[in-house]
Amino acid sequence: MHFQGKVWKLGDHIDTDLIIPARFLNVSDKDILAKNCFADLRPEFAGDVRKGDILVAGVNFGCGSSREHAPWAIKAAGIDVIIAKSFARIFYRNAFNIGLPILESEEAADAVEEGDRLDVDLTTGRIGVVGRDRVFQAKPVPDFMRQIILAGGLVDYVKQKARA
Amino acid sequence: MTPMTLTEKILARHAGRDAVQPGDLIDVEVDLALANDITAPLAIGVFEGFGLDRVFDREKVALVPDHFVPNKDIPSAQQAKLMANFAARYDIEHYFELSESGIEHVILPEKGLVVPGDLVIGADSHTCTYGALGAFSAGVGSTDLGVIMATGRIWLKVPAGIKVVYHGRLQPWVGGKDLILKTIGLLGVEGAGYKTLAFSGEGIGQLGMDDRFTMANMAVEAGAKNGIFAPDETTREYMAGRSRREGLYLADDPDAVFEEVVEIDLETLEPQVAFPHSPENVRPVAEAGAVKLDQVFIGSCTNGRLSDLRKAAAILKGRTVARGTRLIVIPGSPTIYRDAIREGIIETLLEAGAVIGPPCCGPCLGGHMGILAEGEKALSTSNRNFIGRMGHPKSEVYLANPTVAAASAVTGHITAPDTL
Repeated sequence: MHFQGKVWKLGDHIDTDLIIPARFLNVSDKDILAKNCFADLRPEFAGDVRKGDILVAGVNFGCGSSREHAPWAIKAAGIDVIIAKSFARIFYRNAFNIGLPILESEEAADAVEEGDRLDVDLTTGRIGVVGRDRVFQAKPVPDFMRQIILAGGLVDYVKQKARA
Repeated sequence: MTPMTLTEKILARHAGRDAVQPGDLIDVEVDLALANDITAPLAIGVFEGFGLDRVFDREKVALVPDHFVPNKDIPSAQQAKLMANFAARYDIEHYFELSESGIEHVILPEKGLVVPGDLVIGADSHTCTYGALGAFSAGVGSTDLGVIMATGRIWLKVPAGIKVVYHGRLQPWVGGKDLILKTIGLLGVEGAGYKTLAFSGEGIGQLGMDDRFTMANMAVEAGAKNGIFAPDETTREYMAGRSRREGLYLADDPDAVFEEVVEIDLETLEPQVAFPHSPENVRPVAEAGAVKLDQVFIGSCTNGRLSDLRKAAAILKGRTVARGTRLIVIPGSPTIYRDAIREGIIETLLEAGAVIGPPCCGPCLGGHMGILAEGEKALSTSNRNFIGRMGHPKSEVYLANPTVAAASAVTGHITAPDTL
């Protein structure tokens, strides 16, 4: 699985309230969630993000609430993959469950800058910076997780297993 | 036999295995699955995608609308209605609204729906609260919960443990909130990432259930998967006559392996305050300085229980809330509300100038009934003080125990209760 896109760079401890503030949680419509993604942190995000863009963040990304609206807002906004130094536990589960790939790499998170173009190979965990001749190696995604992503998320994965 | 921690024992039983160890990926049976009015709608969508005509067990699903109720606007009313319709259609036994409802993590233990040794999974990050009873409980998102409603099972990774040992005697004005804030301050918000926080030591025996709920509730603020207490006599007393089911009173094996041990001396522990914008940004209340407050909130799944209101009322009795500061108090459940009326707590709070809200999550997550304006500062007994948590992104939230909250409401700035 291969992704290429432009980087949005964020800091450490980006919590779910920053990803999608509670005032937008009275709906679960994914387009509305996407329109309000990072509403307080990066008000320009929803308007400027392009399909295939990549988020790069520091430690503990997605800490806080269990709200799955957070990874949904990011995915529906067009982000294809998130790279962070580390992810909070519930966000980690949620991202895989909805088929949003995430990778952990301290080196990439330190070196990559806003606006860089990345080339990400989910199978190998290889992260290349286009035109900068830099390559980083993320922790490979466990096979079980990759199967969930390949199936398009946990629901389809469970359905496939039920059929098998 | 391999020595195991309490958490490992519960997980092994629910996986149908003799033993498990940290890092094992296991498939477990769930005793209770929980969702609220924010997370249930997505979970219901997932469940309905399976095309089943029943949930895995109508007695093992709990649905509690508590975040935006009484419905604050039309979209939240639609969400709550979707949940009510689902509960009716699938004959969900534990669906609670308004007069029999309240905050999910307050009412589930109160109604005896969780017993020691249970495995509880909820689509709310503070599901870890039930660790106070010696149950394994953890938060997940809506997709996981939807799959559980269909299958009754979930995959989990067995967490490694951090043992937190509390030594010595609890000091005046110090409660569970201070123990957990101190712990989060020491570990950091990521310090227990993917791990179990096992609360232990002779200090724990001095804590009632309300304080233990507060501590287990905030395990997730240190990144933990679950927080847990070995059930003891206090747990037995709390459980007596409360549940149809017998609990399983397990403990860590004496030689159980923990990845890390943290020791905290209660003899020197003062009330703590978490400064904006992180629960790890903790300092003793005496070092808080003069922080002027626009609002004080006493309530939430962390500190909205009867003993919390009782402690606040003891300070507010015969005193009044400072001019320029709003005091909002929300009892965690209708039972707590009624008991607080009987004890005269509510009258004391009203006379002091508090406004009392109906049992719900309210201002804790900036939902309704106490949203902060730009530049406002609030002291809250809740569990999170992230940027914009209670309203405007340029507002500030400080976290503290109910006695600090009450004393601060009287003076209008952050105040140690012993200085009043």
